[in-house]
Amino acid sequence: METDGKTTKPTRRMFASQAAALAAGWVLTACGPKRLYEAPRAQLKKAIEDMERQYRERLGVNVSVSDAPPIPGVEFAYALDLSRCIGCRRCVYACVKENNQSRDPQIQWIKVLSMEKDKGIDFSAADPYYAPAEVPEEGHFYVPVQCQQCRNSPCTKVCPTGATWTEKDGIVVIDYDWCIGCRYCMAACPYGARHFNWAEPEIPKAEINPNTHYLGNRPRPKGVVEKCTFCIQRTRAGRYPACVEICPVGTRKFGNLLDKDSEIRYIIEHKRVLVLKEELNTAPRFFYFYAT
Amino acid sequence: MRLAILILLGIAASGAASDPKAPFAPAASAERPAGERLDVPAPPFSEGIFPCSNCHASMPVNRTRRTLTDMHTDIVLKHDEAHRWCLDCHDATNRDFLHLASGERVAFTESYLLCGQCHGEKLRDWRAGVHGRRTGNWNGTKGYLLCVHCHSPHQPRFRALAPLPAPARPARPGD
Amino acid sequence: MPLDNPAQFIRRFLGFARGSVRLILRGNRAYRLWLAALGVLIVSGALAYANQVRNGLALTAMRDQVSWGFYIGNFTFLVGVAAAAVVLVIPAYVYDWKPIREIVLYGELLAISAIMMCLMFVMVDIGRPDRFWHLIPPMGHLNFPSSVLAWDVLVLNLYFLVNFVVATHILYRAFHGRKYAKRLVIPLVLLSIPMAVGIHTVTAFLYNGLVARPYWNSSILAPQFLASAFCSGPAILLVVVQVLRRFTRFEIRDEAIWKIAELMAYAMFLNLFLHGAEAFKEFYSGGQDVLYTRYWYLGLNGHHTLVPYAWSAVGLNLLAFALFIVPAARRNWVILNIGCIATYAGVYIEKGMGLIIPGLTPDALGEIYEYYPSVTELRVAAGIFAVGFLVFTLMLKVAVPISLGEFTEKKETSDLASVAWAGH
Repeated sequence: METDGKTTKPTRRMFASQAAALAAGWVLTACGPKRLYEAPRAQLKKAIEDMERQYRERLGVNVSVSDAPPIPGVEFAYALDLSRCIGCRRCVYACVKENNQSRDPQIQWIKVLSMEKDKGIDFSAADPYYAPAEVPEEGHFYVPVQCQQCRNSPCTKVCPTGATWTEKDGIVVIDYDWCIGCRYCMAACPYGARHFNWAEPEIPKAEINPNTHYLGNRPRPKGVVEKCTFCIQRTRAGRYPACVEICPVGTRKFGNLLDKDSEIRYIIEHKRVLVLKEELNTAPRFFYFYAT
Repeated sequence: MRLAILILLGIAASGAASDPKAPFAPAASAERPAGERLDVPAPPFSEGIFPCSNCHASMPVNRTRRTLTDMHTDIVLKHDEAHRWCLDCHDATNRDFLHLASGERVAFTESYLLCGQCHGEKLRDWRAGVHGRRTGNWNGTKGYLLCVHCHSPHQPRFRALAPLPAPARPARPGD
Repeated sequence: MPLDNPAQFIRRFLGFARGSVRLILRGNRAYRLWLAALGVLIVSGALAYANQVRNGLALTAMRDQVSWGFYIGNFTFLVGVAAAAVVLVIPAYVYDWKPIREIVLYGELLAISAIMMCLMFVMVDIGRPDRFWHLIPPMGHLNFPSSVLAWDVLVLNLYFLVNFVVATHILYRAFHGRKYAKRLVIPLVLLSIPMAVGIHTVTAFLYNGLVARPYWNSSILAPQFLASAFCSGPAILLVVVQVLRRFTRFEIRDEAIWKIAELMAYAMFLNLFLHGAEAFKEFYSGGQDVLYTRYWYLGLNGHHTLVPYAWSAVGLNLLAFALFIVPAARRNWVILNIGCIATYAGVYIEKGMGLIIPGLTPDALGEIYEYYPSVTELRVAAGIFAVGFLVFTLMLKVAVPISLGEFTEKKETSDLASVAWAGH
């Protein structure tokens, strides 16, 4: 035991007071509510049991909450073929359903922007509200935007409580039980990817997806922020995200960036690839490409 | 993705099952676990149309290019129709097969080989998992589809779709 | 400094508290009307806030597209007001310019009330006020130094503490008929100068550091924040000292007021200059990011809601500058007060709505959602301002008599003694 460079013999009183301080600290930090980020495994298990019980009581649905950790050697990445997307919005609604997004007020993690071919990717000329009888429309192309899972994520940097962070597999997640709803991350996000629960989210009981992950699609409360997690509940179990599976034109690609045989690597190495707002240096894990 | 794609064919009707070809086996194939299989579902035939030999076996072959009037009138060819007609792809001597430009026979379950003759780049992307819809597991068995599951071989261009509803515009309280 | 024993201290403190309460309760008709008006606003704000807590922030006009609005705008403005106490401290203590010294105390009280309002505006803006303790270690977790908001939480609270200690120390000592402890006050006052600059710089950096928002991501933002703060803070104070001079025995020399008005003119010039520099850069270079500046000053794609506010802010600021830069004008009390109101209103518009809304409109994906505050937001904000003014009023009600020597321990204890005697 050292104090100010002088070594003093630990006395019984010192020991007692330090033990008391330690105990108090332990009581404060170990027993109290905590960020899931730093929760030890056992506590996480208990927190998840509590979540499942609360969902049962509150929603009347047996929601199972997975705590699947990142898979070693995996960094997820996504690629979207701009030459294929027809703007049909199948992905938007598959995502809403899979990820238990509020129907009223409406929250949609994917926003499909209609852009004019002669303007190129120009957000100031983008229209998310296009509603023609049929798509694709003449002279338009479509840019679906969701969380870009940035390597240099401005959102996690600014969070005052550390309620959002990047997992080892590259997924930017939110602890819905720790978020205070200050929305600083929303101001910081250059992609409009983060959404706030302005009121109590509403999902018809029959439409609740009971297969959830604690950092992903488990039902959220009012007053917190949420976003795309690459369908963490599916992808950590080896499956593709819901938006990839639903896409009728095969625009959406997903895989492990660290696997040199993955389709994502093939795309980066063989296709013309771009990221949105490259100049902001956010370094997204979400790539756009032109297959043709 | 340089993987050996062994297409497992569940189609009893197809004679190809007896003659499975490893359609593409690039050098890197050995790096993939041998157990990896790519399931391709059966080709999307119209009800009761296959095997073709059911009708064609007893019919004489007429190789004259013409507009069909008795059967298959529902098929409108919009696929380089100026240069092509049925028997450029369908094998005349064994109707249950297709054939390549070389005359080599190809099962319907491997029709991508036929498509790949012209659309080589697409075939390459498809093999790599980059062209086409993806299902299954990103780190396991990937679900593949044949070209014809999405593109009608006779009219390959995608039909326009009705989009799902646009998002709600942000509304002020009480509006 | 002689230390009291606990019993003595409690007795002394009780005397102070009892006297303060009596002072607060006493007042003329105008005072009572003022308090009643504030009370009405507070009740209305509290009801609106209760409703907002129950139904969510959906009751505000904020949405995903414009996720910060009126609350955060007011927060930003008030940080400036709080910081402005320093503009008075510098001449008073650094240059030992006596005439201003008398109102430094009131500047500090103003800072205290302004910071209180700031913290309340943040509280009403967050989606989960029940979780605010998540910010406070060891139970919570403050993401320091990564999050600028964490810095802001720290500096605002520290600044509050410094001002609170200085003001209460000076008053408490004066109550006991003693002079304040120089060894405590001078270092703290000197510390409060960089801290005042600090709170406003950090608040500017809060926006400035966001690469996603080009309107804020300009290095001119922090200097411009300081310049406008040095206009708006003194503007309130000048009105307050005139009120005090009128209704109490409080005295302040005209030169002090004129000097402050002169300083405001320079600050306003700087503010206008920085705004002009920013507008030039945006409009002349004509890059993509001009959209936001254009939305504020000219409107965009037929959306013009904020344009009248933009130009009224420019007009008011120009007017204030013109009035304060001419010595003869600022020495005319009517003109001086018009100038103060113009400054206050101009800066309030440009730094509240004018900073936050164009920063978020169009949104990150180019969508224009025309934000303006909802009734709930207006009521809650009015309630918070009322709380701030109430706190400021009550503090003045106690502080003025103490600093005038009308309310001291001697008088209190003799009163107390007589009460106790009568009770026997």
